[in-house]
Amino acid sequence: MTDILVVAELFEGKNRKTTLSAVAFARQVAEATSGAFDILSIGEGAGAAAQELTGFGARKLLEAEIAGGYVAENLAATVAEVAKGYQVIVATGTAYGKDLLSRAAGKLAAGVAPDISAVKVEGGELIYTRPMYAGNVIGHMKVTTPIEFVTVRQTSFEAAAPSGGASPVEKVAVQTDAVAERLRFGGLESVKSERPELAEAEVIVAGGRALKSEDNFKNVIDPLADALGAAVGASRAACDAGYVAADLQIGQTGKVVAPKLYLAIGISGAIQHLAGMKGSKVIVAINKDKEAPIAQVADYFLVQDLFDAVPALTEAVKKLAAS
Amino acid sequence: MKILVPIKRVADPDNANKVKVAPDGSSVTSEGLEWKLNPFDEWSLEAALRLTENAAEKSRVGEVVVVTIGPKDATQTIRQGLAMGAERAIRVEGDDAQLDAWQVASVLAAVAKKEQPDLIIMGKQVVDGDSNVVPQYLAELLGWPALNYAQSLTTDAEGKTVKAQRELDTGVETLEVDGPAVITCADRILHPQAVKNGVTPDDFTYPAIEGGRYATLKGIMKAKRKPIDETTVGDLGVEAAATVQYTAFELPPARSGNTTFVESVEELVEKLHADAKVL
Ligand SMILES: Cc1cc2nc3c(=O)[nH]c(=O)nc-3n(C[C@H](O)[C@H](O)[C@H](O)COP(=O)(O)OP(=O)(O)OC[C@H]3O[C@@H](n4cnc5c(N)ncnc54)[C@H](O)[C@@H]3O)c2cc1C
Ligand SMILES: Nc1ncnc2c1ncn2[C@@H]1O[C@H](COP(=O)(O)O)[C@@H](O)[C@H]1O
Repeated sequence: MTDILVVAELFEGKNRKTTLSAVAFARQVAEATSGAFDILSIGEGAGAAAQELTGFGARKLLEAEIAGGYVAENLAATVAEVAKGYQVIVATGTAYGKDLLSRAAGKLAAGVAPDISAVKVEGGELIYTRPMYAGNVIGHMKVTTPIEFVTVRQTSFEAAAPSGGASPVEKVAVQTDAVAERLRFGGLESVKSERPELAEAEVIVAGGRALKSEDNFKNVIDPLADALGAAVGASRAACDAGYVAADLQIGQTGKVVAPKLYLAIGISGAIQHLAGMKGSKVIVAINKDKEAPIAQVADYFLVQDLFDAVPALTEAVKKLAAS
Repeated sequence: MKILVPIKRVADPDNANKVKVAPDGSSVTSEGLEWKLNPFDEWSLEAALRLTENAAEKSRVGEVVVVTIGPKDATQTIRQGLAMGAERAIRVEGDDAQLDAWQVASVLAAVAKKEQPDLIIMGKQVVDGDSNVVPQYLAELLGWPALNYAQSLTTDAEGKTVKAQRELDTGVETLEVDGPAVITCADRILHPQAVKNGVTPDDFTYPAIEGGRYATLKGIMKAKRKPIDETTVGDLGVEAAATVQYTAFELPPARSGNTTFVESVEELVEKLHADAKVL
């Protein structure tokens, strides 16, 4: 019987969908061990955010209202205090989840299983599977401290669907940490987009260095993404050069994605890029160079100049949609 | 300003697809692959060097100390850090393949307590373990703030306060931190204007690079004479136990199927529609 605590991820007072991947993990482990899980909503707007999670099968919902923008030091002491009542603490392995959970684990000298892609129960122990070496090795590991902290890969744990019922909500005491006074939050600048989020998208159109400018990226990649209802992603080179925001980077340093269809446009396919997208179902490369390493993972490869191919592809997709 | 930069060697990351697993699955073997400085540590070292120099006058205005926990042959990695420009180095004898994040952080905390740096700047993850755990543990053990994923850093000349922007999944956050603090760097830290230290003129622009600065021949020669302190986990008084245990390793399944090369947009659309059924 494992008691699991899910740490929800809030953004502007609402749950990010990432939260539901951690819930999926919690459900799986609770089921396999005849245990139960609770969900902790923490941060600004935690009260309302907790209500959003009422129908997901949690034994109870905990809320800790803490004002201010995201700073781990403001939240970790409360997470660690609540964690003392559980065996497994889980969040989704976004920048938020990795940052916050490791800090909270440190307070309890507890082990962390970071960015796992699967879990199984073996002889009463939880064995975690995790990609290492940019996805080139799979490691199996366990946490040997009484409280285990886990972050899960969003694309490996499909967002939990509501299961009905209503979980009671409880307030938890907020703990403070003197170190938090040494950090001052100065705002968060986020690029809002109507497009789907990368980790959730069914189709992703990703552009690379070959786009050559922010304007080209907008004029060439965006229309194709719009025609496909796709999310937009990019290589590190494209993000570094400022063609798109850094949070659209796909790869070892960026986001891990696994859409049904991934289009890599003017992306060479460096090992670090592949680490973030080789789990996609169908991969299409559009590249002038048929020797580009993206060929190692591409199902379809159009050897053509992207500035000719992509506008034509956009038109063809629109036509297909209309027919 | 004094900056401590923890660094680790990794099997050549550009050939990470060539690492192998022992037949019994007990370990990862990287024979035949060169050891490289973990790229994220290299970027962090570059940031630390920028914070402690007057780039316009090519002079040093602070001290960078690199530290690694590793066996004797990790000295090669240390030399690379020294050749890039770090003033001195510390090697703590240990098996980098066996120690877990808690043990590494505990050792680094002991080193930091002795060295009393103004900042610790380190990789957000090692590209073999891909963990991103050590920095947070370390900050917690020291009771310092942590600033993960910095894409820009601005300090005053003493390095007591750092203004930073950091990359989260939801956007770019601005933070101000009173040191000493632990900082990890994101890719964009290498941007020509990302690091400002109040000494190098503000309009100075670094060249656009994708890794840290190259070691010059002069730098390599000088590195040979720079001091490397050697110590042990026991000497540092660290007794941390492991918190995780790896039970087995395996190679991931290869992607099935071959690449179909297509000649035209029409053919691509046709194939995606009729064969792959994704359009
Ligand atoms: C530690 C570390 C972590 C990293 N993490 C990431 C990561 O998370 N994500 C990531 O993407 N990268 C990452 N990188 C960087 C990675 O190694 C590559 O440098 C990067 O992915 C290259 O981006 P690119 O493919 O857009 O550019 P390039 O490698 O320059 O490729 C451009 C491609 O476009 C093609 N091309 C050029 N012009 C045209 C045209 N007109 N039409 C069609 N094709 C054209 C070229 O043939 C080439 O294949 C990381 C590197 C390191 C060291
Ligand atoms: N053996 C080691 N020696 C020195 N620093 C290390 C070692 N292992 C990890 N680190 C530091 O911790 C960072 C994050 O590592 P990790 O949390 O293991 O992904 C690395 O980028 C290094 O800066």
